[in-house]
Amino acid sequence: MDLTLIAQGLLSGVLFGGVYSLMAVGLTLIFGVMRIVNFAHGDMMVWGMYLAWLLATRLGLDPTLGFALAAGALFVLGVLVQRGLVDRVRDAPHEMQILLLLGVGLVLENVALVAFGPEPQRAPSSLSRVTLWLGPVFIDMARLVAFTVAVALTVGLWLFLRRTDLGRTMRATADNPYGALVVGTDVRRVYAMAFGIGAACVGAAGALVAPILPFSPSAGLPASVTSFNIVIIGGMGSLPGAFAGGLIVSVAESLGALFLSPSMKELVSFGLLILILLLRPAGLFGRRA
Amino acid sequence: MRPGTLFLGAAAIVALLILPAVLSSYAVTVFIFIFFYGYLGQAWNVLGGYAGQLSAGHAAFVGVGGYATTLLSMHWGLSPWIGMVIGGLLAAALGAVIGGLGFRFGLRGFYFVLLTVAFAEVCRIITLNTEAMGGALGLYITFTGNPWQLQFQDNRAYYYLALALMLFATGVVAVVERSRLGAYLVAIREDEDAAEALGVDTFRYKLCAIVLSAFLTGLGGAFYANYLFSLQPNAVFGIPLSVDIIIRPVIGGAGTLLGPLLGSFILSPLAEIARIYFSRPGWSGIHLVVYGVLLIGTVLFLPQGAYPQLRRAWERRRAGDA
Amino acid sequence: MALLEVVDLRKRFGGLHAVAGVSFEMAAGEIVGLIGPNGAGKTTLFHLISGFAAPDRGEVRFEGATTRGLRPHEICRRGLARTFQIVKPFPGLTVLENVRVGALVRTPTFGAATRKAREVLALVGLEDRADRTARGLTLADRKRLELARALATEPRLLLLDEVMAGLTPTETERIIEICRAINARGIAILLIEHVMRAVMALSRRVVVLSQGQVLAASTPDAIARDPRVVEAYLGEAYDGAVGSERAGA
Repeated sequence: MDLTLIAQGLLSGVLFGGVYSLMAVGLTLIFGVMRIVNFAHGDMMVWGMYLAWLLATRLGLDPTLGFALAAGALFVLGVLVQRGLVDRVRDAPHEMQILLLLGVGLVLENVALVAFGPEPQRAPSSLSRVTLWLGPVFIDMARLVAFTVAVALTVGLWLFLRRTDLGRTMRATADNPYGALVVGTDVRRVYAMAFGIGAACVGAAGALVAPILPFSPSAGLPASVTSFNIVIIGGMGSLPGAFAGGLIVSVAESLGALFLSPSMKELVSFGLLILILLLRPAGLFGRRA
Repeated sequence: MRPGTLFLGAAAIVALLILPAVLSSYAVTVFIFIFFYGYLGQAWNVLGGYAGQLSAGHAAFVGVGGYATTLLSMHWGLSPWIGMVIGGLLAAALGAVIGGLGFRFGLRGFYFVLLTVAFAEVCRIITLNTEAMGGALGLYITFTGNPWQLQFQDNRAYYYLALALMLFATGVVAVVERSRLGAYLVAIREDEDAAEALGVDTFRYKLCAIVLSAFLTGLGGAFYANYLFSLQPNAVFGIPLSVDIIIRPVIGGAGTLLGPLLGSFILSPLAEIARIYFSRPGWSGIHLVVYGVLLIGTVLFLPQGAYPQLRRAWERRRAGDA
Repeated sequence: MALLEVVDLRKRFGGLHAVAGVSFEMAAGEIVGLIGPNGAGKTTLFHLISGFAAPDRGEVRFEGATTRGLRPHEICRRGLARTFQIVKPFPGLTVLENVRVGALVRTPTFGAATRKAREVLALVGLEDRADRTARGLTLADRKRLELARALATEPRLLLLDEVMAGLTPTETERIIEICRAINARGIAILLIEHVMRAVMALSRRVVVLSQGQVLAASTPDAIARDPRVVEAYLGEAYDGAVGSERAGA
């Protein structure tokens, strides 16, 4: 196997991993704070993609900038979903929460299908055709930008959680919801923020991916499953875990596409998932719940 | 069971038996749809409803059953009637693997759901990439109309077969419900640790549930293959089929005998209507939006499903009259 | 042969030595009270005896045979049943269905188990609530349900974990009577309790646990007067109210 190809695969994997990480970070934040798994995660990403596409095609706004608007819109959606629906089943058995969010995902995915049709789209971007050569390997500019923005957002989120009051409140609530209640935290508001930010992350991820890969509404469920994979491998509720997990899974898939075949690449991440589920369900960075 | 209920049940069955005589061919197809998904939902009900282990990967069992039956028929000329049973057993074996691994390692709730999804996706991807199984194009079954090959000229034969399957699955669940297996499964669902403390071998019984559920679902795969005449990995192993399988029992009432049937009688015609009236290209997802809304509504307002709610309302009325 | 032998049991959670070398014995048909301040390791001890946790060191022998490596359901089948400190009813099932799950261990036939369940319900006085959903029961009824369920498994030793916590004096009295009735059938009881009146009334012997170790093990009278126990647990206010409710000596 050509070393250049492997190097290329690794590089592409790492670059794309930034987006995977952002996706996963959103999911892990929601889980960490609320102990709820967002089964509509991938479908929210799809809306991020379509919003970026709309902004690019109708307003000429490049996704490299448009992601912020997509993130904002998804934030609002996340807050609404949490306040209106998820909050009501906070104390219900997990299966009910899963089914509720599955329903939300179904609605999101199929409204997109009705609105935009099933044909794959791609958001036009001025970076789409720019490539940077680094010796024998090349870097797709769009991917590099996506990676940079994604990493920046993740670091920003990390700083937000560590340095700001709201961020610290969120971490406290994640650690001990009852204790947070006792000291007067508006827990419902924290939950709404967490869900909103989580949705914003995955919306941004979708917007950043929109110029890179063709997408359609049916990308929702696979994206959800990929997010779950990453978060479990990295450790539910762990931000560094989600970040590392995103890179690991992306690189694994990239190498899988090389060594096996492009359509088998998901096999690698599923294989990893099953292994982790059985041997170390807490994930690589997770605390044992 | 009260004599009144027994009578109603018998009357319903008789009505369903006579129905094809007065229905158009198209209406018969709709009923086949209702019965078949009622059957699959009932099969899922054993694991997801009674044992309380949510599986979102049941399509894997349909796929294994369907592919096994078809490949055995294509390569060895084995009658699908026998192939059906073998397909069911293979699906049961897959169930044993999933359950054996998952339950041995104590996976519950979300983690177990994800395990089931992972296995279904692995099956899908492997099948998609294996030429011997038809690859991405899938398998096409030639229509011979030969009953020995589980194919019929007349739609109504499929109707009765699907009805028989649905009643069979319901019968199995009825027997389970009134047995030690059933009592233990619901105990596990309600509180696994408490069940363990009362002498219930939770691992063994959960394994029983998934094996039984998988076997029944696998049988359904054979029907699927010989009714639709095509098997494609994305359709038959995909998450959309898994969603279709679980949504009827959940909305109808998981863990009840009639829930999956009620769910199918409500949702299947709805899906069909949506398909007809909104069949313009691009609107094909409307019935799924309805599914989603109903699912949300059920979780929020009728968490036990439609059937228990109806039953309670019925009993309150009877108690009011008495 | 002793019914239950606990031999030098130890269990650590990280740096916390929850159970740090506990040994005691129980004879068939005995009622033994297990008391001690919160955090003394009583419930952990129950988990170790009933198979919900594996000891780091030491052994539990039930009717002469070790329980090492056995899962909780196997221990239940051997004849050792337990209740939980925070009651765990099967919320969606009726009272009868709840108890039937316990009965099915010894009577695998559905019909026979149902009949058996009704008998047990009669023993604890819940027969008129047989068709109520467990979710809707009062705390007192839930405690009796928990007791009935464990009883239905026909144990020879019953572990009761604070079965009287949160009950009014009348309700407590009721449970004490039920315990006496159970014991009259030859079933031994090991009970964790904070309600001193109940412990002293029922127990033939009392084992005091403190910080994971046995502080004292003796008759209720002796324990009530033991200054170490008084200091660790009972406090100075407890006087001789024990005299009028002695268990049959």
